[in-house]
Amino acid sequence: MLMLGLIGFTTPFLLLALLILPILWLILRAIPPAPIRRRFPGVALLLGLTDEETTTDRTPWWLLLLRMAAAATVIVGFAGPVLNPQTDRTGDGPLLVAIDASWADARDWQRRMDRLDGLLRDASRLGRPVALVQLTNLPPGPLEFRTADEWLARLGSLAPNAWGPDGDTVTEWANGQTGEYDTFWVSDGVAGDWRVSVLDAFEARGTVTVFESPRPVLALRPATFEDGLVKLTAIRAVSGTESTVTLTARGLDPAGVERALANADVTFEVDQTEAELELSLPPELRNRVSRFEISGIGSAGAVTLTDDGLKRREVAMIAGRDAGNEGLELLSPLHYLRKALVPTADIIDGALEDIIQANPDAIIFADVAQVTQSQEDALLDWIDEGGLLVRFAGPRLAASETSRASLDPLMPVRLRAGGRSIGGAMSWGEPKTLRAFADGSPFYGLPISEEVSVTAQVMAQPDPELSERVIAALADGTPLVTRRKIGDGQVILFHVTANAEWSSLPLSGLYVQMLERLAILTRSAAPTADELAGTTWTAEQVLDGFGTVLDASILPGVRGEDLVDAPLSPELPPGLYSGEDRKIARNVIGMETELTLTQWPSRIVVEGLNVTRETLLKGFLLAIALGLLAADVIASLFLSGRLKGPRSGIVAVLALAMVLPFSARAQQDDIAIYATAEVVLAHVITGDRTVDSLTKAGLLGLSDTLFRRTSIEPAEPVGVNLETDELAFFPFLYWPITETQSLPSLEAYAKLNRYLRSGGMILFDTRDANAGDFSQTPLGRKLQTLARPLDIPPLEPIPADHVLTRTFYLLQDFPGRHVSRNVWVEAAPQDAVQVEGMPFRNLNDGVTPVVIGGNDWAAAWAVDYRGAPQRPVGRGYAGERQREIAFRFGVNLIMHVLTGNYKSDQVHVPALLDRLGQ
Amino acid sequence: MTQSTAPQSGPRLRSRSETLASAMPPLLADAENLAATVVLGEHGRRRSGIGDEFWQYRPISDGDESRMIDWRRSAKSDMQFIKQKEWQAAQSVLVWVDDSQSMGFSGDKNRAPKSDRARLLALAMSVLLVRAGERVGLSTIGQPPRSGPVQLVRIAEALTSDRQTEDYGVPETKGLPFQSRAVFISDFMGDMAPVRAALAKAADRGVRGAMLQVLDPIEEAFPFDGRTIFESMGGTVRHETLKAGELKDRYLERLAERRDELRQLSREAAWQFGVHHTSDPAQSALLWLYRATERVV
Repeated sequence: MLMLGLIGFTTPFLLLALLILPILWLILRAIPPAPIRRRFPGVALLLGLTDEETTTDRTPWWLLLLRMAAAATVIVGFAGPVLNPQTDRTGDGPLLVAIDASWADARDWQRRMDRLDGLLRDASRLGRPVALVQLTNLPPGPLEFRTADEWLARLGSLAPNAWGPDGDTVTEWANGQTGEYDTFWVSDGVAGDWRVSVLDAFEARGTVTVFESPRPVLALRPATFEDGLVKLTAIRAVSGTESTVTLTARGLDPAGVERALANADVTFEVDQTEAELELSLPPELRNRVSRFEISGIGSAGAVTLTDDGLKRREVAMIAGRDAGNEGLELLSPLHYLRKALVPTADIIDGALEDIIQANPDAIIFADVAQVTQSQEDALLDWIDEGGLLVRFAGPRLAASETSRASLDPLMPVRLRAGGRSIGGAMSWGEPKTLRAFADGSPFYGLPISEEVSVTAQVMAQPDPELSERVIAALADGTPLVTRRKIGDGQVILFHVTANAEWSSLPLSGLYVQMLERLAILTRSAAPTADELAGTTWTAEQVLDGFGTVLDASILPGVRGEDLVDAPLSPELPPGLYSGEDRKIARNVIGMETELTLTQWPSRIVVEGLNVTRETLLKGFLLAIALGLLAADVIASLFLSGRLKGPRSGIVAVLALAMVLPFSARAQQDDIAIYATAEVVLAHVITGDRTVDSLTKAGLLGLSDTLFRRTSIEPAEPVGVNLETDELAFFPFLYWPITETQSLPSLEAYAKLNRYLRSGGMILFDTRDANAGDFSQTPLGRKLQTLARPLDIPPLEPIPADHVLTRTFYLLQDFPGRHVSRNVWVEAAPQDAVQVEGMPFRNLNDGVTPVVIGGNDWAAAWAVDYRGAPQRPVGRGYAGERQREIAFRFGVNLIMHVLTGNYKSDQVHVPALLDRLGQ
Repeated sequence: MTQSTAPQSGPRLRSRSETLASAMPPLLADAENLAATVVLGEHGRRRSGIGDEFWQYRPISDGDESRMIDWRRSAKSDMQFIKQKEWQAAQSVLVWVDDSQSMGFSGDKNRAPKSDRARLLALAMSVLLVRAGERVGLSTIGQPPRSGPVQLVRIAEALTSDRQTEDYGVPETKGLPFQSRAVFISDFMGDMAPVRAALAKAADRGVRGAMLQVLDPIEEAFPFDGRTIFESMGGTVRHETLKAGELKDRYLERLAERRDELRQLSREAAWQFGVHHTSDPAQSALLWLYRATERVV
């Protein structure tokens, strides 16, 4: 191969042909454009007329240049130019391609796939057997070495997992392998202790080459709430540059549509691997946030789900005074509290005993002096477990003996008798204002409003412990709010009333902010494994490797202790799990997770993912040459006057038609119109030409039969490509299984699942007369592989009373070219019962989305263009009878697809007759 | 379902049968249609003579035979009258249609060749004349002009026969009766000497008539450019040019000269000369022809 900079030539000696270009130039220059012959009667009048200019008409230089360029492009094109030609990777023997396939891989997944594609193609060229392994999803048993092409076909269905490789498992697995093989390790770049041991295990088998993306791994730790602020920490594996990422809070808006609720930028300092963001969100917005993510990363690690921590708190309120004064709303001790709490919390009303049973996050006492002993015990237990009791003072509390001589268990401090009144008509002094909040106070940082003044309060008894219990004080140092911790919970006393009688605090915004700060303190702490032991949690939402939230209602439950401790795995994907009364988010990144870059030993070759792909320029150059020649055609026509004379329109149209590409879009529309104008049966194109044409002929035969015998008049059947064609147009899809067909891509599977859910039917045909135990035949195993990602309900062999047996013909056998009885359809519900007077049960109220069998129906249906059968079925009359029954099965099947459970409704006939009084 | 291909054979058969069927009846039909558009005016000779229509009564004069006296009229008065009829002696018209190769030219796919138009005009003319009781003949048949519908069929047959192989046509004056009328329809693109000779011969025999030059619009426009080899329709005459566009003016000049010469010739022979383009409707040309031949000396 000849190399010229970035471009190489596969057959460089062809470039010698460029030498003839000058000769071509001279020849072309000497020849004037060819004359046109025209029949023209008026020639008699022309005889004797001579041209005024006697110089020969030469080809103009620009036309020559155009032709030279075309010729040169053709020569260069056939010399086989290649952009970025690859030097071939060498090696022999088996090859293990290990890819981490973790969440950290997801960001550059496509590039990793491209790299894998390149590696597998190299291996295919060298004829090396390959085993492809995802370290996050290890295959059971020893390594399976297959041809690289086989893996290439499955490459499209690889996807990253939402968890990282489990070190111990991978080490054990790597050590358990035997044999000699080289290893290509596509690493996600996140360091782990296990890599050393696994690397050793790989090196014991052969040489190891590592591929890593140079792009930094980014992740997001779970969101925490401190002092009313959402704290988010983004982490990265590599420091050294300053970079900014955007964090997005996502959740449902009031209309129930998921959207970005807030965006904020956070910047990594040059030498930092962590960046913190404090996000102040209004409570109603915060309540709706379901997850935070780093925008534009597309990795499960960059997404953190939120759980109950952000949700509305339940608050109960008890007023000491009987609320008999209905007209005096503003004097009600709970009025301001209610106003402040209703927007952000759920208020629980009721008697104290009932409220404690409901286990609220906080209970507020407004001027409650005494509770009964049993209530006190219950309250203490509740506080011990993390409850928050907030008490407000008032005339009753001031007048009572509560916490006077000794500390009441439900009070933070002892109180002096009577309290004090300041700034009133009968007292000295001015109303007191607030002192700035001290550092350790939960209110720290809140702005003090000058308007807030206190005119009366209950006084705390001076005490050695008093100072540490004060979390807010007046300007003269007397406590305004005191706090005492009891077990996991706490008691807080506001030394003023909850309404505006004693102070103007409830009238100010500060009141709401203080309540908010206090309510947040009750946030449920992270649960421990012991706490959750014995409980079962079900996943509501799970994350896939790309950080996409998926509905997870079909996953089995997980044990509570595993939810806390166990590493993430296929059985425990990251997601939001719900238990009896709360939800716990299990995120990929924990609070303590650190990301560091893997340090590979210097003996290991580490390659990037940057494959400059080999680009063959031949087609491109030939296309240019074609374009130049087309331009030459038009220019020549122009020069010779053929663009102006009679019939010039035809020439111009022809020239244009040659150049203009065929519109593919119009073609697609045509297909859509064709498929929707009539009923069209469709089959999946498997890639095996014989099977495809036979299937098409089969559907043609079935269509003809339907046309002749029923009111269904299908148009000619079509084959669909699962990757590119829209399936929604077809009511019925015939899918013959061949061993060679490649697995559809993830998008195609999504399309198929959508198709099945929205009422489509697929008839799987293994064509091997064996549908009893699919794992026995190669085609059956292929079917299992193909159908695994499909959303297929539980199946059963067609019961004798299935609606398929009577949608048009009464059938009990479903033969095709084979006569196996095993045809599988969606299983009937457990509670299906036989109806009195009817020979069949009241079965599922819908169409089975799949029919699976192995009778090779298409071969039995197949007809040629004359309508004669293509394949023999059985022998003699019995064979023809079998073909007839096969057609009848087809008719029944299509009837079933198109009419649904209509025939099933006959089960109601006795009831209807009964109701009609017959 | 398979789309049937059977219905396509119907139209194909019809078009083939139409192709196979002789072009004669359509030509005749077209000619009849075209002739029907001409409203016949007064056709008598406006003088007494042999005929069917009454012309006048005139008093008997010397030399009139007594058997010519119209007794019914004479009985009304004392004088004797003779009944005269209008002279309706049939005129003989000889039509020459150029059917050389050059008449086969058409400048556009959608336009019929010049010969089609020429034949149509000739036959329509014949229809009109036969309807008026004249005798019509085609110079190429070689028979003297006759009247009657059978003659029309004969003419149509002759007109739809194969074209001559010569490049340019020569007017046929064989059997041109004295004092008759003649119509020459051609493109007059060929040599002028035979035309001159024919006209001279016609003038010698006292024949009046009309020359109609039928041209394709392309021949008037000359929209050619570039290096071109022009060939006559038969391929015998050839002219090569490097820049056809520059010849246009001189060609048009020569065409005008040719037309002037034809006009001059016809004036000298007391003939009429007209030009017709195949892009124009045939009706105007037919009217012109009819009037030109009808004009009495």
